[in-house]
Parts: sequence; C-alpha cells; structure tokens
Amino acid sequence: MERPAWAPRNIDISVPSVSRIYDFYLGGSHNFEVDREAARKAMEFLPGLPKIMQANRAFMRRAVRFAVAEGITQFLDIGSGIPTFGNVHEVAQEASPGAHVVYVDHDPVAVAHSQAVLKGKTGTDVVAADFRKPQEILAASQVRRLIDLNRPVALLLVAILHFVEDTDDPYEAVAELRDALAPGSLLILTHASYEGIPLPPEQTEGTVGVYKDIRNPLIMRSRDEIARFFEGYDMVEPGLVAMPHWRPDTAPEDEDPYAFSGFAGVGRTA
Amino acid sequence: MSAEPDGPEDRLRRFATIWSRAVFPVTSTSLTRPELEEQLLPLARRLSEALRARTFEADEARAVGAALIAVHCTDPEALSRTLDCVDAYLVLYCGGDGAQDQLRTRASRLQHAMAAGFATALRERTLAEQEAISSAALKAQGVVAQALHATEARFRAVFEGAAIGIGIADLEGNILQVNRAMVRMFGGAEQTVRTRNVLEWTHPEDAPQVWRLYEELVRGEREHYHVEKAFYRPDGTVLWTNLTVSLLRDADGNPQYQLALMEDTTERRLLNLRLRYEATHDALTGLPNRTLFFERLEKALTASDGQRFGLCYLDLDGFKTINDSLGHAAGDRLLVEVADRLQSCATAPGEMVARLGGDEFVALTTGPDTEREVDELAMRIMNALVAPVSVEGRELTVRGSIGIVEGPAGERSAAEVLRSADITMYRAKSAGGNRFEMADAEADARAITRHGLTTSLPTALDRGEFFIEYQPLVHLGDGSVRGAEALVRWLHPQHGVLGPDRFIPLAEHTGLIVPLGRWVLEQSVRQAREWRERYGVTGAGGPLRINVNLSPCQLTHPGLVQDTVDILERAGVEPDALCLEVTESALIGADDDLLKPLRRLAEMGVDIALDDFGTGYSNLANLRRLPVSILKLDRSFTQSMQRFPADSVDLKIVEGIVSLAHGLNLSVTVEGVETGAQAEQLRILGCDTAQGWYYARPGPPERLHELTLVDATG
Repeated sequence: MERPAWAPRNIDISVPSVSRIYDFYLGGSHNFEVDREAARKAMEFLPGLPKIMQANRAFMRRAVRFAVAEGITQFLDIGSGIPTFGNVHEVAQEASPGAHVVYVDHDPVAVAHSQAVLKGKTGTDVVAADFRKPQEILAASQVRRLIDLNRPVALLLVAILHFVEDTDDPYEAVAELRDALAPGSLLILTHASYEGIPLPPEQTEGTVGVYKDIRNPLIMRSRDEIARFFEGYDMVEPGLVAMPHWRPDTAPEDEDPYAFSGFAGVGRTA
Repeated sequence: MSAEPDGPEDRLRRFATIWSRAVFPVTSTSLTRPELEEQLLPLARRLSEALRARTFEADEARAVGAALIAVHCTDPEALSRTLDCVDAYLVLYCGGDGAQDQLRTRASRLQHAMAAGFATALRERTLAEQEAISSAALKAQGVVAQALHATEARFRAVFEGAAIGIGIADLEGNILQVNRAMVRMFGGAEQTVRTRNVLEWTHPEDAPQVWRLYEELVRGEREHYHVEKAFYRPDGTVLWTNLTVSLLRDADGNPQYQLALMEDTTERRLLNLRLRYEATHDALTGLPNRTLFFERLEKALTASDGQRFGLCYLDLDGFKTINDSLGHAAGDRLLVEVADRLQSCATAPGEMVARLGGDEFVALTTGPDTEREVDELAMRIMNALVAPVSVEGRELTVRGSIGIVEGPAGERSAAEVLRSADITMYRAKSAGGNRFEMADAEADARAITRHGLTTSLPTALDRGEFFIEYQPLVHLGDGSVRGAEALVRWLHPQHGVLGPDRFIPLAEHTGLIVPLGRWVLEQSVRQAREWRERYGVTGAGGPLRINVNLSPCQLTHPGLVQDTVDILERAGVEPDALCLEVTESALIGADDDLLKPLRRLAEMGVDIALDDFGTGYSNLANLRRLPVSILKLDRSFTQSMQRFPADSVDLKIVEGIVSLAHGLNLSVTVEGVETGAQAEQLRILGCDTAQGWYYARPGPPERLHELTLVDATG
C-alpha cells in the first residue's frame, strides 16, 4: 500500500483503527486510506453503518442533555475516539458552562488528537487508558483533578462495549466502575446487536468479519446480555430500547431504518 | 417567529423546510432535522436576498456553500440535493414578483458560486483534518517511540549487566549477540565468541541427548531445554555450564532465534570433585579412607561368581608409645611414611590400600587368584616395614601385625569380613606382633575382640556389669588412710573381670565414656559419703577423700562441671571430698577453654591431681597455669627404688620434683609402692601420700574400713 506523503514516518498506518473508521462514517477526514478501505468493506454488507453511528451521536447528545437536566455536571466518556462535531464537552458545556468532561481512549492517535482539540478548553482533559483496566482510569491524575467521585457522574460507554470480548470480562469492568460512582450517577450506554438491523443476520456477519480481520472483533450481544451491563442500576425511562426510541426530540418514524440497530439505555445508581 | 401566512417570511421558512428535508438524510450531524432547519434558515435568507439583490454577489453564494460544511453537510450528495432544491424552489418561494427570466438566471449563477464555495470549504476542512490526524499520529508515535526507547534501554541494561551469560543465535547457529557475562566466561575476547557457530561447540563430555535436543529446538519441535554442558575456551581450558536454551518465535509463531542462558558451574564442579575426594580420602596420608575402602570392599564382596577377595588388616606395633614419647607430630610423620610404603605394595589393578584411622591400615586385593596374591601382599607389606623410618633424626623401627582374610565373593558382609580381620590381627599381636596370621573361624569365635567388647559395652552399663574397687591412699608421714582411688572394673559375662585398660579406650572411642564416667563418679561420691558418715569428715590424720579418674573425652564434655556439681549435691557431699585425676598427657598443650571447667571445679573446692606425672614432656613452667593441687608421680620413678641401693639419679630427680611441687604449693602422691624400704625412702624424700600393694591392693569398699581400723589402732 502507498504511504501518503503527509503521513508520519515510522507509524504503522497499515493497521486500521476503530476510532478513525468511526470518524469516516461520520463524514470526517481524520482517517487514513486503510481505515477508509475497511470502512467501505464493512459498508458493502451494511450500507447504513453511517446512519447507525449518527443515531449513536444523536442519542449521546440527548442523553448528555438529560444528565445535565438531572443536575449532573461531571462526565467520564470511555472509548471517546476521535473528537468530531457534537462532542460531549460541547453538548454538556452548552447546557451547563461549568461542566467537566474527561475523555478516555486507548488509541494513542485518538488521544493525541484529543489533546490537540481540547487544548485551552477548560474543564476538559483526556486520559490514555484502557477500559479493561478501570482502576487505572479511576486513578488517573486527569480524572482525579476534574471529577469528584463523591458527587454524581455521567459515565458514557457509547459504542465501546461491543469491542470488548467476553474473555476480557467487560461485565466485571463495568461493575468496578459502577462501584466507584456516587449514588445518583448515570450510565449512558449503547451497544451493537443483530436485533433491530433491517437485514438478515447472515449479511450483517460480513461486517463482523471485517472487524475480525482488522483484529478488532465486533461482539454482537443480545438485548438480555446488554441489559446485564446495567446490573446495580435503575433503568431510566424508557429503558433499554432502540436508539431513536430513547426520549426522541422528533418522531422516530422519520428516522432511517438503520438507526434502529442495537440498543441504547441510561441507568441510575441507587 | 410568527409569519403572515403565505407572506415572504412564511415562504422563506417553507423553502428552508424543504431544503432541510432534502439534505437531512445524507448528513451525519447529530442534530435533529428541525434543528438542522434552524441552521439552514439564515442561509436560506441570504440566498433569498442574493436572489433579489440589484447586483450579483458571488461571495454571498460562496459563503452559503461553505456554511453547509460548517453544519457538517460534508457529503457531496448534500450539495447535489441542495442545488436541486435551489434550482426548483428558490425562485418559486423567494422570487417575489421579479422578472422570472432574470431570477432564473440569477439562481443559476448562485448555484455555481455555492458549489464553488462548498468545494473550497470541503477541501480546506479535509486538508485541515488530515493534517490534524497526521500530527496526532506523529505525536502518538513520538510518545510510543519514547516509551519503546526507555523499555529498550532498560532491557539492554539487563542484558549487559546480567550476571548470567546470555547469547542469541539464529536457527543456523550463527551467534548474533552475546552479553559481557558470557564473554567473560569464555575468557574475555568478544570476537572469539561472536565469530563462532553454535554447532562448533561440541565437547567430548557432551551428554548424548545434548545435540538431539538442539536439533529439536531449531526445528521448532521444542520450546526449550536444560542441560549441563562443557565448552572449550579459546585457550583450551574447559568451561562447565548449566545451559538453558529457549526458542524465540516471531509474532506469527514461526521459529526465529535461539536464546541461550548459561551459568558458569566450573568452580562448583571442581569443588564438588574436591569435596568427594576429601570425603573419601585421609587428610594426613592421602590414602583412601574408611568410606572409600568400604565402598570397594562392598563391590568386591558383591562381585560375580568366581571372584575372590583378600584383605590384610595392619596395625602398627607400639605406635602409641612412639606417639606418647615423641609427640603427635612425629607420630604423624611416621604414619605418612608407612602410608607411602604401603601404597607401593599395592599397585596392581584390583589392589588398594586405605587408612581406617589411627595406625590401622588395610590392603585389599580382588580377582580370581587372591588365595595366592593375598599372602604375597602381606609379605610385601612386612618387607616394606623392615627398613627403619627416619623421623626427626631418629631411626625408628616399625613393626606391624597383620590379620588376613581371604575368600570368595558373595558369602559375607563387609562388616563380618572386617571383624574377622580385626580379630586375626589381634591374634597376631598377642602372639608377639611383627607377623601375619590367617583368619580362622574357630579362633574368631573365641577371641575377645574389640568389636565384641565395643558392641556389648552399651548394654553392660544397663545390666550393671561394672563395679568399682578402691585402693587406699596413705599419708607417708603418719601412715594414716587419707582416702582411696576409685578403679572401675567390668565383670564381663564371658571373659570375667576386665581392667580399665581393656575397655576405657573403647568407651572413649564410642562416647560411652561420658555415661560410664558419670556412673563411676556417682558410685564413688556415694561411697565417700558413706565413709564420712561412718568415720567423720576427717580420718585419723586429715580429711577422707575419693580420687576419681577423668578421661580426656570427659574433660572436653560440656556437661562435666554441672554433672559433678549435681552428683555432689545429690549425695550431700562437700566438694573437698573429691579429687579428680587427669593425666599429664591430656593437659599437654591444653588451652584455656579446656582448663576452664577444671578451674571452676578447683574453685569450688574439688582437688585436681595431675596423674602419671613425669611420663609426658610437659612444660614445667606450665604447672603454674594448671588448676592442680596434687602431683601423682608415675610408678616408673618408684620402680627404681625397689632395688637397693636405689639409683641415685632417680633419687635426685624425685627430690627435685618434690621440692618443685612444694615450692608451687602442690602435694605429691606416689604410686606403685611395694616395699617398706621404698615407702621409707619416699617419706625421706618428702613425698606426702602413697598408694601401692605395700599398703593394699584395690579392693571392695569394706577393705578401707579394715585399714582405717588398723590405722586407728596402729
């Protein structure tokens, strides 16, 4: 593969990155040809992938606004990826100017880009850490500086858990994070699933295969399996539903059929 | 904002609604469609004004095109739909009542400018984002590289600084990298290690599996192996190592390199060999010791049919005398010389000489013809001892007694063979020494052997086979009985009464001397109490006292003082009722540690007597240092006084010793007094007390009673 002249030397751009693929789906240009190639391949099976991502962003935006309305001003966004329009801090600080937001990602390029984007933005920071090591996240100096764990926090796990295999025990990690949160905290979560996709599962498997090929397997979970992540939380109305059905601003019927793929929900700690 | 129905404002909004409906499906914004409509409304207004403006303003239309990018309508399809929308509805909803032809032309020009504005903004945004992501990648790479560099530096430090030798080679055996420790092991020249191939590192002592394991590893069939392996260093010396070789695979699991970790075990191996040698050889003579001899003897005795063995058991005649009179150093030199000569007697294959201990040696011959060979071996040994041995300028005549055992393998145990040889050697010794005897089963059975005595010693104490006789000590001045020396006897069930010379050395050797000595002390002290109860604390002429002998082994026993104190206290006897006799030779060269217990006993009031005084070569000046209060002159001094007239030199010597002793505040006791003349002579010379047959032989405790009665009436 040709290495574009503008790409830095000595970095392995032959490996696609999940967060840069996500950026491509959202119409961004924070990506390299390998990322776009993988994205296009996945879209051969699931042409509506960008719509699913867009629905994720829209849900996240509604959920963040909901959190602010609930009085929450601290946000911990794990698996934040490449910052693009409608970032959590933009949404949160628009609704509550003093809100604090800490982004967490394990992709060094995403972290470096986040640092550049967040430079000079008060109340925000980014941590290079892995969701699978929650204690490292909680102990990070950025988290300790901006987030008071004695007060409610909105924990965002948007479009991340379907990249964590069962062997890495995502349920345990989610529980560890939950145990660190003060009562009244919110878990804002979306997850991919075969349920709700307007295509037969055989076709969707092609997309799963693409992510497997780039060594970032996509784990499709059932609704029940996804609901288990909310153990210890009380579900906020309307519960675990397709993204357009979660507290919509506009009629869900107007949404693209792909937007109904997978599940979204918000839980509150007792 | 309220608008008059179908007024210009209402029509503008309707245009914006249509526009937002057209592009919303192809945007990726997280806004809702109504929110997007709100974003598009000002743009629609600008288009509407530009449509109706007097002059065409391309910049305004370009700005609207660019603004689409700002609201994330970046998909080219969004532009296409926007232009369709403008083309179809802008004039219709926003044209007002202007000339349709002019409006259509203006709308068309606006579309061209919007497209250009959209394209320019999209290009700029794309370039900006590409630059942003590239610089993020570069920065991330820098962070990663820095971390990698730190890790690499750490690993390099570990590699170079490790005490263990580390080397990496490819699968063809070419050595790629070695650390300092490994270079040092091979003698310090890196080039000589680096330029080698692993396959050249063979050594004659390689275990058979070493190279098979190697082949399995480089073929990828084995992950690692561990062996003990020798290498030649460039200078020809041998390096012994504990070697662990591991296979390193690449990310896809294909074998790539071999990693060797080696630990230099050369020194440890030499040490082990030396320890094995020391464990099996006698330090003084360098001959094989008892351990190695028994190993060989066992081997000979378990050999296959038709094999025989012959054993010569040699004990030097009178060695103890040489040791006592010339000292241990001279005795040692004599043993070394004898060992050398014996070694030269047994040089054939299957023959060996060993030192069992003291002056006891064995020579072993094995093979089918030992019946003849063992006689010849014994003859060679006797001949080898004929020439005198020169020690410290003296020519010492060495004689030895040999017991020979010969027989077929597979019949007797090593212990039985040695026992038979020992008995036979004693037979040779009893027959006058300087000869060899053949073992004889009947004689074996009869013999009172050291083995027999040694094995029955421990039970003898339990069975009460020991008893004590007492020999009175008489004051030369007034003839009164002052006490008695306790002498232990063994009433052996088969051999009758045995004197201490027969079993005390064995008891010393086996350690039984400690319990036996304690028993003697207990009995004697109890006897002393009985006498004191019967005759009062003092006899007619002074305090009654019991003399008990202490062997060298008891002297060094840590419980000596405590045991003695306990025994005295239990019996309720004052320490001054006890006198402990220690031989002069046991105290030659004694250091303070050895003297400390004696000093403590003396401080308590126990008398210490120096026994056999005059036989050793004790330093007279040393007497001052010893905690003794009595000198017991050896009987050799009194023997010469049995003749008449007595040897005048001997008299002078005794007189001198007595005068010296008295000068040092020591009293003098003489042993072996057999005649009245002797006694008189010794009294004149100033001796204080005496013992001997002239007064009484050793006997049961009641005899002292008779003597004291005589003494009291006499």
